[in-house]
Amino acid sequence: MTFSIGASSPSGGPRGVLEQFGSTEEREGHFFNWRVVRRMLAYLRPYTWKMIFAITLMLVETALILLAPYLIKVSIDSAIPQGDVMGLTMIAIWIGLAYVGLYLTDMGQGYLLTWVGQKVLATLRAQLFEHLQALPLGYHDRHIVGVTVSRVINDVAEINELLSEGLITLFGDTLVLAGIMLVMLSLSPQLALLTFTVLPIMALATYFFAQQAKAAFRKTRSKVAAVVGDLAEDITGVRVIQAFAQEGASQARFNRVNVANRDAHVDAVSLSFVFLPGIEFLGMLATAIVLWFGGLAVTQGQVTLGTMVAFLAYVTRFFQPILEMSRIYTTMQSAMAGGEQVLALLDTPPAVADQPDAPNMPPIVGQITLDNVSFQYDEGALPALHHVNLTIQPGQTVALVGPTGAGKTTLANLVARFYDVTEGAVRIDGLDVRAVTQQSLRRQTGLVPQDPFLFSLSVADNIRFGRPEASDAEVEAAARLANADDFILTLPEGYQTRVLEGGVNLSVGQRQLICIARAVLADPRLLILDEATANIDTVTEVLIQEALERLLLGRTALVIAHRLSTIRNADLICVVKDGRIVEQGRHAVLLAQDGLYAELHRGQFVTKS
Amino acid sequence: MATNKQTPTHPPLRFNIGLLWRCYGYLRPYRRITLGAYLATAGIIALNLSIPQFIRWIIDQGVREQDLNLLGWSVIGLLTLTVLKGVLIFLQGRWSEVASQSVAYDLRNDIQRKLTQLSFAYHNQAETGELLSRAVQDVERVRFLTGRATLRLLESALLFLGTGIVLLWMNATLALVVIAIMPVLAYRALAFGRRFRPLSLETQKQLAILTTRVEQNLRGSRVVKAFAQEQTEIERFERENERWFSLSAEAGRLQAVNLPFLLLLANLGTVVILWAGGRQVMQHNLTVGELVAFTTYLAQFVNPMRLIGLIIPAIAMASSAAERIFEILDAASDVHDTPEAKPLPSVRGLVRFEGVSFGYARREVLHDINFEAEPGQIIALLGPTGAGKSSIVNLIPRFYDPTHGRITLDGYDLRQVTLNSLRGQIGTVLQETTLFAASVRENIAFGRPGASEADIIEAAQGAQAHDFITRMPQGYDTHVGERGLTLSGGQKQRVAIARTLLLDPRILILDDATASVDTETERLIQLALERVMRGRTTFVIAHRLSTVRQADLILVLERGRIVAHGNHETLLKTSPQYAQIYQRQLKPEVVSV
Repeated sequence: MTFSIGASSPSGGPRGVLEQFGSTEEREGHFFNWRVVRRMLAYLRPYTWKMIFAITLMLVETALILLAPYLIKVSIDSAIPQGDVMGLTMIAIWIGLAYVGLYLTDMGQGYLLTWVGQKVLATLRAQLFEHLQALPLGYHDRHIVGVTVSRVINDVAEINELLSEGLITLFGDTLVLAGIMLVMLSLSPQLALLTFTVLPIMALATYFFAQQAKAAFRKTRSKVAAVVGDLAEDITGVRVIQAFAQEGASQARFNRVNVANRDAHVDAVSLSFVFLPGIEFLGMLATAIVLWFGGLAVTQGQVTLGTMVAFLAYVTRFFQPILEMSRIYTTMQSAMAGGEQVLALLDTPPAVADQPDAPNMPPIVGQITLDNVSFQYDEGALPALHHVNLTIQPGQTVALVGPTGAGKTTLANLVARFYDVTEGAVRIDGLDVRAVTQQSLRRQTGLVPQDPFLFSLSVADNIRFGRPEASDAEVEAAARLANADDFILTLPEGYQTRVLEGGVNLSVGQRQLICIARAVLADPRLLILDEATANIDTVTEVLIQEALERLLLGRTALVIAHRLSTIRNADLICVVKDGRIVEQGRHAVLLAQDGLYAELHRGQFVTKS
Repeated sequence: MATNKQTPTHPPLRFNIGLLWRCYGYLRPYRRITLGAYLATAGIIALNLSIPQFIRWIIDQGVREQDLNLLGWSVIGLLTLTVLKGVLIFLQGRWSEVASQSVAYDLRNDIQRKLTQLSFAYHNQAETGELLSRAVQDVERVRFLTGRATLRLLESALLFLGTGIVLLWMNATLALVVIAIMPVLAYRALAFGRRFRPLSLETQKQLAILTTRVEQNLRGSRVVKAFAQEQTEIERFERENERWFSLSAEAGRLQAVNLPFLLLLANLGTVVILWAGGRQVMQHNLTVGELVAFTTYLAQFVNPMRLIGLIIPAIAMASSAAERIFEILDAASDVHDTPEAKPLPSVRGLVRFEGVSFGYARREVLHDINFEAEPGQIIALLGPTGAGKSSIVNLIPRFYDPTHGRITLDGYDLRQVTLNSLRGQIGTVLQETTLFAASVRENIAFGRPGASEADIIEAAQGAQAHDFITRMPQGYDTHVGERGLTLSGGQKQRVAIARTLLLDPRILILDDATASVDTETERLIQLALERVMRGRTTFVIAHRLSTVRQADLILVLERGRIVAHGNHETLLKTSPQYAQIYQRQLKPEVVSV
């Protein structure tokens, strides 16, 4: 502790202060939730000794913080007036040692606490991520990705920071505050009590500021988001803006959000420029009280000059604990609510669970039977499939056609056991899919999704996604079979080219070819193919058709079909409507029946001519 | 404190004085408040230098000499000075914030203006995320430079200097002891700042990577499950998670070791002062009040050093941020109005390509293109991807300029007329429809912001969009795009057609492909497109037989050349390329039932 007067103030500058108090979201929740705290504290258990050590260091640190001003008092009151050079030297050495001790304890507990905190955070994140993998597809369908991401990244950090650092720092600071108050009371009760009058004002001012800061900070965040959003739109829509010669209008629009952003920031920062001098003034007020009343007391011989000087030093330590307390107070509620949601996520049961003694799926031959299958996504929801019966022979390609929402995707999802049937059974080679382990089943299934989803990994790693151990030669062979080799070689780094987020550096057609190569390499016995409807240039379209034909060869495939050629070539066409298979058969047969299929088919010809 | 393998190598501090100077130039319109902020700073420094003197008086004169009158006045004086200082701090902070936020505001406006003006050639190679990060983070760094960074740097330097002088004046021996510690402290502070800042950025970046991994995993959960790759995904996440942990633990270690160390140096200074000063007090060369004041000054002496350690790396970062910002601002658009460009009068729609060649970067994609489109004709462009269809249509509204040859519209060379007057008469319906986050009405009126309600509805009707728009709960006021209603591909396309219809352009450029839509919608879009083509010179990138049949002129492109041209009947007889395309490609077999 340096020996400054009235100069102590919260660290981190105006923006830091603002962020300290304002950055938490307003959330409904209990101020203190034992369930959350208990479960979270359990994560600290492996580091019990480290934590005990850190707390011990903290206690030593507190004692040392209290010691230094006291030694200064001794020097001023006895050593210096008595001209005791030896005594002064001894005191100086003691203070020096106290400062070295302070350095060591501060360093030690600071490092330990961060280390444990970050370690627990990493553990929690890993556990959450692992848990997310076990959750059923239905969970992911129902929850917004951004929100779940925020659970894993932000909420976890908030609750962890509160428990492993916040509360302990608060404990330490409170200890210091209590210690200072005790020492001050023992040195001079009257002067101490007079000085303490500043504390409630300070606490109140901080609390008030925290409230304001929260609102101001939230506003700046939303304004920054607006600036980013508007600019992003201008960049992605620049072709339209230029085509319509609307540069001026877009500049005017951007100017509006830009002004709002500037003003929000100026307002928010101004707030902390009221708060910071305010706190400094209160600190000076405490100093003034010590100087005036202490000065009076010194002249009347009630206290010594050294006591007064020590008081001056102690007073500067008032701030940190109070700031910390109100910071914790403002974050507490939000952190608890966040923690609750993290726990809720951790406690979500994996809906489709393996039976305890489930055997592995033997190598699939490829016969699929749907036996009186009904399915509804949620209890009380309308059934998505009603009593569907269907038998698919090994190697057959089955085209599912029908209007959007008819149940085509649901049907395919049940076969891969992304969901469990509500009634009836799905059997592969005569085995109920619920009776075998999911891993062994899915290792033999493959998927080409409608929206060609790629990960931001290299092209090669995307292709070997289903079989991470595949060699480069195998990857390239799969790419050749999928007609993807040619364009991949023209990419800047060939197979090592990284797919950017959202696949923006590849065309839709190219992404589709990679998805096909991925399925080819995984070599599944059972394939679910959700045909893309996006427009693809004619040449790539031909490549895709050819690649799909190769992929389908010799596998049992369920195709959610949009292309006439796929449908025509299918071994079996199932027309799905309102959760039922209303017609099935081959193209020519169904046309001859002159039912729904024939009608759909005619509809297609309207546009062709 | 030994270097750790985990620490990313920190680049040497690099300052480009010219760039920094250019940044400060943005303060010029705000020079008065900037000056105000600096004057307030001078006041704060003066107050900081005088406040410890009051404390010295209080102790020496007031308390020890028992002059209660002086004691009272000094305490009141002390509080008054603090209030005054508080006011100055507020003014300094507010003014420098206003000035620097205004600089950020101007820079962002400049960047946005520049970006909307830069030609397609620029945007083709630029990444949205990268541009955004420059407009947000880099501008923020420059803002910090023009605001508090420089102010605090100057304040710290002056306070340091001022305090040093006062210390020397009060007691030269003690002052020299203190000054001896400074180089060590400054060195440590700077060394810490240099290592910590890049590390903390790296940690943030790693957290972003972690976030992306989770997001990707969730978005692709169907794929992950279908291929049974949960375990691999967990391992991938673990790797990034581990890296994040070691980075942030290292950042924590740096902080835990260095910050207390700086404090220790300062504290040891106090001890030396106490010891040496205490001896002087014994010899009556120094008073207790002076000793207390001295230690207070010492804190003021030390703080600037710690601050400088943090600010100097920030300035170095602002310097490289400025480089990235000015790279955008200084980018020359290869398409711009010439000084003598005149507005284009209302045209009839006669378009002529005369020996036009064109290339991106060094690769030529169009070679010697010649053709003429009469007013009102439909020109269909056919050919494989990369044959040059898009390039041809992009040259007409001057999204690019040809490298050789020229294009005329009603006899005017496109380069002789202003971009606004040219583009105002050309309508474009691109395949990838971009709508803006605004109401449907505003989106339709995009090209003619003042359009009347009746005109907007008429355009929507013509584009077969009126019915679905009125069926939405808020009709034309429905918000689309981010934070609004998501329209289907077919709906978006029809709104885009309405947008073009409202413009009533003489020349139309379109792509007749339909996004993933059902049969009925597809029919509606076709109807709308046919409607929109009527009576205009239309260039269409054709995917459909019906379009090609209607066309007055079909241009068959291959590798940037026109390999055949004519109408459907003649081409069928004369052009093998056309016959092949006709056979293989002009059958958009999309059932989408």
